[in-house]
Amino acid sequence: MDTGDTAWMLIATALVLFMTPGLAFFYGGMVRSKNVLGMLMQNFFAMGLIAVLWAVVGFTLVFGDWGNAGVIGNLDFIGFKDVGQALTGDAYVTGLALTIPPVLFAAYQMTFAVITPALISGATADRMKFSAYALFIGLWLLLVYAPVAHWVFGGGWIFDIGALDFAGGAVVHMNAGAAALAVILVLGRRRGWPHEPMPPGNLPLTLLGTGILWFGWFGFNAGSALTAGGVASQALMNTFLAASAAMLGWLVVERFQSGHATTLGGASGAVAGLVAITPCAGFVGGLAPIAIGFVAGAVCMLAVGLKIRFGYDDSLDVVGVHLVGGFVGTILLGLFADSAVNELGFDGLFFGGGADLLVDQLVAAAATIAYSFTVSFLIAKVLDVVIGIRVSEDDENAGLDVTQHAENAYVF
Amino acid sequence: MKLITATVKPHKLDDVKTALKEVGIAGMTVTEVQGFGRQSGHTEVYRGAEYTVDFVPKVRVEVLTDDEEADAVVDAIVSSARTDKIGDGKIWVTDVLRVVRIRTGELDGDAL
Repeated sequence: MDTGDTAWMLIATALVLFMTPGLAFFYGGMVRSKNVLGMLMQNFFAMGLIAVLWAVVGFTLVFGDWGNAGVIGNLDFIGFKDVGQALTGDAYVTGLALTIPPVLFAAYQMTFAVITPALISGATADRMKFSAYALFIGLWLLLVYAPVAHWVFGGGWIFDIGALDFAGGAVVHMNAGAAALAVILVLGRRRGWPHEPMPPGNLPLTLLGTGILWFGWFGFNAGSALTAGGVASQALMNTFLAASAAMLGWLVVERFQSGHATTLGGASGAVAGLVAITPCAGFVGGLAPIAIGFVAGAVCMLAVGLKIRFGYDDSLDVVGVHLVGGFVGTILLGLFADSAVNELGFDGLFFGGGADLLVDQLVAAAATIAYSFTVSFLIAKVLDVVIGIRVSEDDENAGLDVTQHAENAYVF
Repeated sequence: MKLITATVKPHKLDDVKTALKEVGIAGMTVTEVQGFGRQSGHTEVYRGAEYTVDFVPKVRVEVLTDDEEADAVVDAIVSSARTDKIGDGKIWVTDVLRVVRIRTGELDGDAL
């Protein structure tokens, strides 16, 4: 047990939890004012439902039978059984060389489980029933997040082949982004999209959310070192620089494409950079985070235009930012990984490691996207048949705030 | 009695209010409105998606006056709201049949 590591991870856990309200405001500012409470609630609600599910069964499905090189954990730790203060001989404790109480590790991982399904809510904005959303994210945690997290964080098959994902480029971002694409294909477009303007209702709220996300992301990425030392420090610096460079990348493309550098563009770019550096944070160094961030910002700015071309209504660009940003980071890690930064890492193409890591990264990305898309599509389809996942036309016109929650955000 | 209604540029509202006070009006009502006339709207861009916004923000000013004051009120609004650029707005004057002061029940000229 290490008190320094424990102190840092206590803080990192709180930082990551704060990202979910940050995400709520990031998204909430982008929807029309009649839907802002619906959006905030979908994010906050994840802190309720997902945390409870995690304690009961989520944790054990991810971290039970750690290192089995398989597809899912077992039920050894169901109901947080034996997940306590003392370091044990359990496989995940020894496999991850934990120096912090297992109960703190479980809490830290719980914050990841909470925010990942909440990310999907940005794509389904303005038209999904709250009841259907609640059921969807609960089922999604168990059927999609748990297996994919086991593949990577739980010593499953992706970990075993040697693909790298420091803090969840695949587990969190590509996973949520692919799920978002699947659900909106079942859900359909917002009425009036794309010919009817749907400008953001409160961009200052979005900027506030961006700041909270950036702040919390230091816990997300630097905390993923699970220790308070050099790797955590490098991850923090990488996180900072990637967000900064991605803001520049997005704004440069936007300025040339549409004539203005927008606040929403700056915020979106920063988030795209944070997404892209997530898999890389503890495995790269030097100026690599600037390259990764700048590329991610520029590519994501171009990617958000695809929804118009292909006609899918990814309302707040979860696919364009999280799926694409996560993919960019995962692939660029195959180029920029440097084992001198982290002894648990490997060398990428630019650091003398050849193309092996790049191939592994591609396999991990393809498997994550394919599995998440397929199972998410099936969950959404079944829910749609059984209870219907979309609000009525009248309810959509009136807005989610009053129809789903019987409240109004802005009362005069 | 007349109701004088004007739509003016929002940033000219303070000048209009000052000019109307100098003319000696007893009160005015102000509303934030949107609309279009000869002045076209503008374009907004969100993540690369361009929206044409046709409705331009204006402020609607309403003043009740007696018949003798009406021309002076109109002149005051014209001189204070004019920027000589497109989009300065419009003023229109309508006849008013009846005015009641709610607190006292006073009518018409006494209620102005």
